[in-house]
Amino acid sequence: MTVIANILIIATISFGTIFILVTALGLIRLPDAYSRAHAASKSATLGIMSILLGVFFHFWLKEGIFNSRILLGIVFLFVTGPVGGHMMGRAAYLSGVKLWDKSVRDDLAEVVKKKREQQ
Amino acid sequence: MAFQILLNVFIAITWMFLSVSFKPTTFIIGYILGLLMLLMLRKSFSSRFYLDRIWAVIKLAFLFLKELTLSNFSVLMLIIKPKMPIRPAIFAMPTVLEKDWEITLLSNLITLTPGTIVIDVSDDNKTLYIHSIDFDNVDEAINSIKETFEKAILEVSRS
Repeated sequence: MTVIANILIIATISFGTIFILVTALGLIRLPDAYSRAHAASKSATLGIMSILLGVFFHFWLKEGIFNSRILLGIVFLFVTGPVGGHMMGRAAYLSGVKLWDKSVRDDLAEVVKKKREQQ
Repeated sequence: MAFQILLNVFIAITWMFLSVSFKPTTFIIGYILGLLMLLMLRKSFSSRFYLDRIWAVIKLAFLFLKELTLSNFSVLMLIIKPKMPIRPAIFAMPTVLEKDWEITLLSNLITLTPGTIVIDVSDDNKTLYIHSIDFDNVDEAINSIKETFEKAILEVSRS
């Protein structure tokens, strides 16, 4: 039983750490604000959720403490992570941050332009 | 749906009163009996049996967890490639969803899944503008979202 618990804890925490590393690498390597938002909103959310899950398992299976605040934290991160990514992307677009020059298509440009002209 | 749950709790409490025992186990037995009663009487409700909807929610949650893990592996694969062969794009996706919570749920799901982020929702709530990190074909991208998430959300919200 303790072996299974250990495997579970180590697996979730190292999984989370790897994805935090992916986030950091993505923020450095990707070319523009929008592609960086991909790395930041997805990998960071999954990474932190997974680390918190590992901490929860550690305290539950090893120390016998059922800490429901960690579970709430996971749910809150899950809900707010993507909204944060969306808000940053939208704010960047509306304040005129350019897409990467190798981008192939932009359907939103005309809509925003039309809206600006109407005002 | 809320009415059916309320009715079920009411039946469970009635069962507790009938058997003069106020323990959680009696409540659970009464709840299961009430569930059977509601299952037999499901034709007389205007909405569908509420366990159906709960089952659809559970399926949506698992679909979501699966897609979340897959999306993170795809980001990992993109980032460790030395040449960065990505083709970003923003495309418009029409949606048939109407209520605000459905659209919010859909855009959250899209944001957390492979290579897509919602940048804007049009004023009439009919189009989502999605930034895709590695873009080949509009129809393919739209279809894959429609087939999975939109269908699952419709399954939850249909009355």
